[in-house]
Amino acid sequence: MNKNLKTLTNGIINENPTLRLVLGTCPTLAVTTAAINGVGMGIAATIVLICSNAVISLLRNVIPNKVRIPAFITIIAGFVSVVQMLVKAFTPSIDKALGIFLPLIVVNCIILARAEMFASKNAVVPSILDGLGMGIGFTCTLTLMGMIREFLGNGTIFDIAVTKGHIAPMIIFLLPPGGFFVFGMLIAASNALAKKKGKTVVETIGCENCPSRGICGKVSCEQTAESEVETNE
Amino acid sequence: MNKVTMITSILLAGILTNNMVLSKFLGICPFLGVSKKVKTAVSMSIAVTIVMVIATAVTWPLNEYVLREKYNYLQTVVFILVIAAIVQLIEIFLKKYIPPVYKALGIYLPLITTNCAVLGITLLNVQDGLNYGLSLINALAAGLGFMLAMVLFAGVRERLETANVPEFLKGLPITLIAAALVSLSFLGFAGIGG
Repeated sequence: MNKNLKTLTNGIINENPTLRLVLGTCPTLAVTTAAINGVGMGIAATIVLICSNAVISLLRNVIPNKVRIPAFITIIAGFVSVVQMLVKAFTPSIDKALGIFLPLIVVNCIILARAEMFASKNAVVPSILDGLGMGIGFTCTLTLMGMIREFLGNGTIFDIAVTKGHIAPMIIFLLPPGGFFVFGMLIAASNALAKKKGKTVVETIGCENCPSRGICGKVSCEQTAESEVETNE
Repeated sequence: MNKVTMITSILLAGILTNNMVLSKFLGICPFLGVSKKVKTAVSMSIAVTIVMVIATAVTWPLNEYVLREKYNYLQTVVFILVIAAIVQLIEIFLKKYIPPVYKALGIYLPLITTNCAVLGITLLNVQDGLNYGLSLINALAAGLGFMLAMVLFAGVRERLETANVPEFLKGLPITLIAAALVSLSFLGFAGIGG
């Protein structure tokens, strides 16, 4: 039981997918213009993550190793389509706000990475808990970032006026540069906390957590690319 | 609007005003991960551009003639599988027939399957209702825009290597802040090409 609890909390703090593993950066930057969008995206991704983790874990002894990535992608894509239709039917405003990023959950690295790193090696219950933990971690970060950007860029949090009407909002935080900036600051803050607790600091985008690592089999994208360039020269 | 202005405006939008990476946030992983050197950035973006154009060339007719009427809900599943298959085929083809190109681009290909820029552009082309020719041009423009962002950013990062950065911003945070500044400069293009 204790081990299961650890699996669950792992995704929320120690291995927070966005801040510690630096996965799923595209939706993190794109949809967080309002806090509610962050919540919507987070929940949608969490549902897909839990379902795909469960199914992949059940099929882990059946899927041949060589075609596992396409098999994982198909399973994930199936669940994404389900979620896509549900969101479209029940919360059309969220569907509109997330737009293209809803179907793009398929290629969200977090989901494929958890399939590859965890679900394909562990039993069903831990896999579901891992999916849930990672999903909550993702949702929390997205919501936090959405709140910061919405507050600075529009003067509201969850559409409730805070400084709206009193202080002119800094619209730049709703635009793409604001997304990069806020995300950079959040990573800096999480790095500072990690350092205080004596944990490793995130230096570059992590290849050890990259879902494609199994295919390319290298230690890091950067090194791979560099060594390849050297051999070419 | 006549054809020439239409094509020009699609190209301008894809490369400058609606840049894939800097304003639509598609393909951030390679943008941050493979942009340390200009040379690797160029190879990666060439591979992405090729896959984008070929993927659009295949998925557009597939959607128009097979999926659109009855099987719309299969769009996401079919598109991602087609892209995965195309990437595999390109890899096999290059390995067998053009080994030098394979050597230069091969390592980037597996990373492209799960690149949201490729799936994103195929889905956007269909959603925006562009015709076949314009979809291909749009894919090409998106690829070129991706290349421009990658190369510019790789240039910035090469300088960052030697810069004296405050301790708490070292590593990824300063990279993201640099990306914010590059993206800010692209806001200046807003309005070009209508």
